[in-house]
Amino acid sequence: MSAIVVWAELKEDRFKKPTLEALTAAHRWADSLGLPVWAVVIAHEPPKDALSILGEYGADKVIKVVAPEFANFSPNAYARALAVLMREKNASYAVLPQSYDGRAIAPMLSIWADAALISGATTVPEKTEEGFMARRIAYSNKGIEWVRSAHLPLIITVKASAFVPEKKPKTATEEEFSFKPKPEDLRLKVIGIEKIATDKIPLTEAEVVVSAGRGLKGPENWGIIEELAQVLGAATACSKPVADVGWRPHHEHVGQTGIQISPNLYVAIGISGAIQHLAGVASSKNIVVINNDPEAPFFKVADYGIVGDAFEVVPRLTEAIRRYKEQHAH
Amino acid sequence: MEASLSLAEGYSIWVDGSLLGPRSTEEPRARRFLFFCTEMKILCCISHVPDTTTRIQFTSDGRALDRTGVTFVINPYDDFVLARAAELKEKDPSNTHVTVLCVGKNGASSTDNVDANLRKALALGLDEAVRIDAEPVDAFFAANQIAAFARDKGFDLLFFGKESIDYNGSQVAGMVAALLDLPFVSFATSIELMNGTAKLTREITGGKELIESPLPLVLSAQKGLAEWRIPNVRGIMQAKSKPLHVLAPVSVSPRVFTVRHEPPPPRGSFKKIDPDRVEDLVKELANKGLI
Repeated sequence: MSAIVVWAELKEDRFKKPTLEALTAAHRWADSLGLPVWAVVIAHEPPKDALSILGEYGADKVIKVVAPEFANFSPNAYARALAVLMREKNASYAVLPQSYDGRAIAPMLSIWADAALISGATTVPEKTEEGFMARRIAYSNKGIEWVRSAHLPLIITVKASAFVPEKKPKTATEEEFSFKPKPEDLRLKVIGIEKIATDKIPLTEAEVVVSAGRGLKGPENWGIIEELAQVLGAATACSKPVADVGWRPHHEHVGQTGIQISPNLYVAIGISGAIQHLAGVASSKNIVVINNDPEAPFFKVADYGIVGDAFEVVPRLTEAIRRYKEQHAH
Repeated sequence: MEASLSLAEGYSIWVDGSLLGPRSTEEPRARRFLFFCTEMKILCCISHVPDTTTRIQFTSDGRALDRTGVTFVINPYDDFVLARAAELKEKDPSNTHVTVLCVGKNGASSTDNVDANLRKALALGLDEAVRIDAEPVDAFFAANQIAAFARDKGFDLLFFGKESIDYNGSQVAGMVAALLDLPFVSFATSIELMNGTAKLTREITGGKELIESPLPLVLSAQKGLAEWRIPNVRGIMQAKSKPLHVLAPVSVSPRVFTVRHEPPPPRGSFKKIDPDRVEDLVKELANKGLI
């Protein structure tokens, strides 16, 4: 019996957006193939009550792979567990979230499961006479690529924000899959985790991002950016030049060589929109550009643009949003 | 270099000079037979990609990139690993050997030449270059070429960029790690070596992981691994006479094929908001459920 396996990524006892996006892609793909969806949870101890959400988003079955060795993230051990499971259960398809860990596991899994891998899919693979066809983003947001594969098993990772999480309530059954990681897959050891600014939303998870660049003229002027971000419930980001001169920390740098994001709303303030910056943000769903230079290239990809002085426009916008929220608060 | 000391069957000498007992079947890879010379062998795998500022256009049938007038460069993420390899080489030049490898065919124009980019990498002070003379149809094909080359060469570190800026797949490094059955550290932002172990940091959502791994290992680099370097004149001159081997590919069937490309959908013109009427923007965003 074949199925679509989804690696459901358990992070701090929760399944986050990338997993719900992967489940959404999987249940749509499963519908087109008439197959069940199996959500596979790999954990060091039995997960608590987080499992019900997997059924809500379309899992027919939740398979738990529990071993103390999974406490530390070794992509080798996780990929091996999924490969063994896919082989023993005869599963020909898998969907992984395109999170940091999903992107580490997927290529290893593809080798050990003897599978083809399409990464960053933005559509569910469609069955054609020559195999499965899927769409993905290439050339750092500057092109779209259609790929096909006639090889089975087939694994896809889904691009962040390409699938809006969609509920499909099922009564998921639960089962356990017994697997013990081998020492050679545990050579890599996580000896610590450092969190940055825990009170802020991580950039890669943020639905709304407020970003600023050289147009702000100096690090002391970021107050207006922080205030706008606060009223929008947004994460803050910056352009490369600003991170390079140390006005903002490097972990806020979005762009080709920084973090790539695709939030629902990206507000770019005083950023000209160099092609390297756009490569990291152009797949954002809605883009607002505020710049005093009407010729700034960023306007070419903007949905809304304000030509004006950021130091006047931004505080005004913050105030207007605050007023709107007060009026519409219940 | 090979060990040249007589030891009882199954015994070996670890990098720090300590004697190891018979190899346990549990951890065969954690122990290496080393003595006298502890040469560090590094393999940097690079991609040949259109310059970041290129306006991307496709051939009329959409099957391929229109390479006319496009300048190809070393993938920016690969520049981080080349720079880190160059730093490690500088630290201990006589005991560090760095090979740079690319799977690719030389293009028709002088700005689309893999060999020229390999020479640029060598100019950073690296030792030798290898080009596998084949079009990398998919990541599976490229990874198998690299794994076939690296398998019996005894590399301690296999370095990759976290993704190439053309296909953005993030696949090859992990595939090579799986093919060679080596620990894989993705999105690495630093690596330090001590007594045959590596200490690394890896980017994760909202922070970083601190990792320890024995060698050999496979790493894919995120920004931060090292500062980009520009070769100096001496390096460029020396690179001209360094070995560049062109090897025939091994036979591998690709699994994923490009059918066609399209330009991204035009965003159309943006809606201009009067800077004195930001309430209009608030209304628009609210209508879309963004506020």
